Amino acid sequence: MQLEAKDIGFRYGDGPWLFQGVNITLEPGEIVGITGPSGRGKTTFCRILAGFESPIEGAVHMNGAPLQKNGYHPVQMVLQHPEKAINPRWKLHQILNEGYQPDQELLNLLGIEQEWLTRWPHELSGGELQRFCVARALGPNTRFLIADEMTTMLDANTQAQIWHAIMEIAKKREMGILVVTHESKLMQRLCHRVINFNEFD
Amino acid sequence: MIKKFPLNRKQRTLVKIIISIIFLVTVILGGVLLDEDKIVTNLSERNSAPSLEHLFGTDWLGRDMFTRTVMGLSLSIGVGLIGAIGSASIALLLGMAAATMGKMADRIISWVIDLFLSVPHLVTLILIAFTLGGGFKGIVIGLTLTHWPSLARVIRAEVMQIRSAEFVQVSQKMGKSRWWIAVHHILPHIVPQLLIGFMLLFPHVILHEAAVTFLGLGLSPHEPAIGIILSESMKYLSSGMWWLAFFPGLCLLIVVRTFDQIGENLRVLMDPTRNHD
Repeated sequence: MQLEAKDIGFRYGDGPWLFQGVNITLEPGEIVGITGPSGRGKTTFCRILAGFESPIEGAVHMNGAPLQKNGYHPVQMVLQHPEKAINPRWKLHQILNEGYQPDQELLNLLGIEQEWLTRWPHELSGGELQRFCVARALGPNTRFLIADEMTTMLDANTQAQIWHAIMEIAKKREMGILVVTHESKLMQRLCHRVINFNEFD
Repeated sequence: MIKKFPLNRKQRTLVKIIISIIFLVTVILGGVLLDEDKIVTNLSERNSAPSLEHLFGTDWLGRDMFTRTVMGLSLSIGVGLIGAIGSASIALLLGMAAATMGKMADRIISWVIDLFLSVPHLVTLILIAFTLGGGFKGIVIGLTLTHWPSLARVIRAEVMQIRSAEFVQVSQKMGKSRWWIAVHHILPHIVPQLLIGFMLLFPHVILHEAAVTFLGLGLSPHEPAIGIILSESMKYLSSGMWWLAFFPGLCLLIVVRTFDQIGENLRVLMDPTRNHD
């Protein structure tokens, strides 16, 4: 299971190229970081990998074959703002079980408490909601996880707890992770190698 | 009135809902319980002014105006309900279809909405009712086919906004089908809009039904619809029989105004950013 981005290029409409010729390979169990200044297309690139957007040039391959458009996407993405990634009219147990039924072990690992499940999203804080987004993305068929500034808006304790849980699961399942963050210390601690997105202008 | 009883918007809405429920129950029960016997002509009691025996007076044939008004309102509300439900269903269907079925469908449906909105719907309504030969069937079909465009446009805009939300994209990548997303993610967001749209459509439909019937193109004259009562009483107004038009008109006004305001208040109350004023 290898995720491969080949010569990806993207632009919005007829605008200038956001990036061109991006080549990234992600091995199972590998944790790769992406850095670069704001507005260079890091998020757009992540969205392409997760299938939210199709690239203008190039293609994303999984084990040498292009990814399916329908069905469960093996590359799941956790976004920066959990409150936007959650349907405000759903109770949290519905949100959690949308893709699959997470087991109790995972919930404990992420610190999701049983009583939260019967509440509405606006009754929980951003950090609490983000745990749900992470749990939701860690389905049994998830091979790669993309964390796009996933913990940027959270406090240090919550950050540590969530990352700790994800690292443990990644190790157990041989899951590849792509980390986008501006915090170089977090990057150094987590990642096996770091890609500078500045090079792909 | 409002200064004397300082009620907030929620309480005022509640009061209006109670008034409208009382109205609906009397009118619907009245429409069922009262039969043609109550409005038989009674020439010994012609043209009598409102009294305790005849609350709304009697007309030029001695028929009790209260009974006629209740029966007329019952008919109008029935027509209004069927018309509003039909219109709201068409609006929901077309709004959802326009926003989810691709560019071509959207273009066609938007064009049809614009087409219908560009002609005053009283004109289209008269045209359709006339083509179908008038009567109950004609007017109901006419009302259903003419009142959906503005609500359909609102629903289309709403669906488009939710369709591009992040939680919908996430759901797609979890392998959920379009249909599943439409039912589970999009529909719950549309329901409040639909409800409010329906509440605002209802008085509109009743008023248009009365208007078309008043013009003589709607329900047939032997059915005691409010529009017919009003148009018949026109002749007698000049001879000082004010009660013939006053009470039925007032009742119609109250029904239409309360439902209109309930709809309007619901819209404000369901808007999370405005429901605190």
